Amino acid sequence: MFKWNKLGKVFDPTAIKDKPWLHEYAQAPATLIFDDFVRVYFSCRPKRDSQGQFVSYSAFLDLDRKDLFKIVNIADEPILKLGKKGCFDEFGTYPVSVIKAGDEIRAYYAGWTRCSSVPFNTAIGFAKSVDQGRTFQKLGDGPVLSFSPEEPFVLSGPKIRRFNDKFYLFYIAGKKWVIANERPEISHKIRLATSDDGINWAKHNKDLVPDSWGKNESQASPDVFYANGKYHMFFCGWVPASFRETKSRKIGYASSTDLMHWTRDDSKVGIEISEGDAFDNEMLAYPHVFELDGKIYMLYLGNEVGRHGFGLAELEGELK
Amino acid sequence: MKWQKLGQIFEFDKSPFSDRYASHAQSPQALVLEDRVRIFFSTRKIDKEHKFLSYVQYVDYAPDFKSIIGYSDHEVIPLGDLGCFDEHGIFPLSPTKAGNKIYGYTNGIARRVSVDVESGIGFAVSTDNGETFQKLGHGPILSASINEPFLVGDAFVQVFDGQFHMFYIFGKKWSEPTEDQAPERVYKIGHATSADGINWQKTDGFIIADKVDENECQALPTVIKIGKRYHMYFCYRHMAGFRTEKGKGYRLGYAYSEDLVKWTRDDEHAGIDLSEDGWDSEMMCYPNIFEFNNSVYLLYNGNNFGKYGFGIAKLVKE
Repeated sequence: MFKWNKLGKVFDPTAIKDKPWLHEYAQAPATLIFDDFVRVYFSCRPKRDSQGQFVSYSAFLDLDRKDLFKIVNIADEPILKLGKKGCFDEFGTYPVSVIKAGDEIRAYYAGWTRCSSVPFNTAIGFAKSVDQGRTFQKLGDGPVLSFSPEEPFVLSGPKIRRFNDKFYLFYIAGKKWVIANERPEISHKIRLATSDDGINWAKHNKDLVPDSWGKNESQASPDVFYANGKYHMFFCGWVPASFRETKSRKIGYASSTDLMHWTRDDSKVGIEISEGDAFDNEMLAYPHVFELDGKIYMLYLGNEVGRHGFGLAELEGELK
Repeated sequence: MKWQKLGQIFEFDKSPFSDRYASHAQSPQALVLEDRVRIFFSTRKIDKEHKFLSYVQYVDYAPDFKSIIGYSDHEVIPLGDLGCFDEHGIFPLSPTKAGNKIYGYTNGIARRVSVDVESGIGFAVSTDNGETFQKLGHGPILSASINEPFLVGDAFVQVFDGQFHMFYIFGKKWSEPTEDQAPERVYKIGHATSADGINWQKTDGFIIADKVDENECQALPTVIKIGKRYHMYFCYRHMAGFRTEKGKGYRLGYAYSEDLVKWTRDDEHAGIDLSEDGWDSEMMCYPNIFEFNNSVYLLYNGNNFGKYGFGIAKLVKE
């Protein structure tokens, strides 16, 4: 089992008072490391709109590289605009994953639209930044990765990686809308696509990770990190039937030597919910692992899927 | 080109479908069989929310296109499951022969909140001459991409020189709603190629020049090769006012090409236009061209988007 030592809560979005688009939630943290700071992208929400629904934006904050609990900068504006009328990302850009590619920074994000028979649909969009990741411009109005016969809806949770000169996009695809307590709940699984240029993708068309939590389990946030000759994936999930009642999300783990075949072993995760009245005493979700100055860290969401922010843990020992 | 109209051959209200369906026989598409021509079309039911659902059915004509010698009274292809791209309708289904199978390309419709609908192109296979189709998966084979952000649909597929060619439409814009107008869509004709009819490479971009203005809506392309030249018919309309204002509704457009890539729009030589009066005097839409018994035929809908049925014309001069 790995051992993660929790260091505490890094960011509380509800403490921000001067940005209406950042009212609450700081979801799906993803890092980009600069010389003096660590930029953490996350997704947040303003108050509910006139239909009583949320839209979501993505933004960033910068942490002092020498003290990750010191916030040195917060984005003035969301990094991406919402999509135009009828577009796949009209109602949200969440989550986002970034990668450096030459002089530019590329972002992959899930765009949200609202549907009639089910609450939403999502597809994966692509945008570029030429100002060090402060703002991103979309290439067009449509998605870069969309639906196909085996992935009929809800493509979300992109995590962009580059290994051996190839782009790997880990993401999730909807399997089924399950009716639970008279409402449609989505069941999605972790998937993979590969690309040479980051724009034209070949889907692997397989579920990467087997179920272990229950029927129709939903898997999310497939965060892949390479260490010691192995690819390590931390992800999270839940079971749709009890999605609304239980306050639980769980973190799972799988490993691979070739990025295509994964062995699941949740017993190795090594991080648990806190006791007492901590911000993460009910759930842990959306793990993101990164390396900084010789140490390995995990950012993760606490209760209510990051409504009150995210925390940081440090690995004791090695990932192997 | 010169077409001779043979008149309306299918009237919904007088058909056996009027017992089971609410209205419409839209986008007639022909499959030529040994002793008959099977014409697929989309008809409608009204659901619990008082909204339309489009279903594919067919009717079989004798070679003279005067007598109906068969029709579907079963499910030809089911609508999609909850949340799928074709949950709220299939309109149209376009059949293409592929060996001893029939490939069916569907335009699946699913409802949205901020705009009416979204669509995608589905793929299904029939091994019983089109009586029933089995879908490939639950999702579309062609859908939105970076420069074709929504409303991908209306596929027409043919094999030319050993390669599958698809002509289809994609959305370019939804207009911002005003107090008296809901968002209206703008869509254009596109082109894709494939080696197997399933995995497609989009050409990415418009192929047919606008005639009305940049908001012209172009739909339902159909292509035939005669001699060395490719001929495309499609329908086009104004973005707004097309339901009620005469002159803004669907008309047939025409273009030709020598290479399937560069197209010259030439509506003046379409050789077919609105009638002075009658069933196709206000609108002509959803054309489908096919060859049968050494003649070339054109199926199409008339007034009111095919609410009352469809008709046919015969090519008399190229």
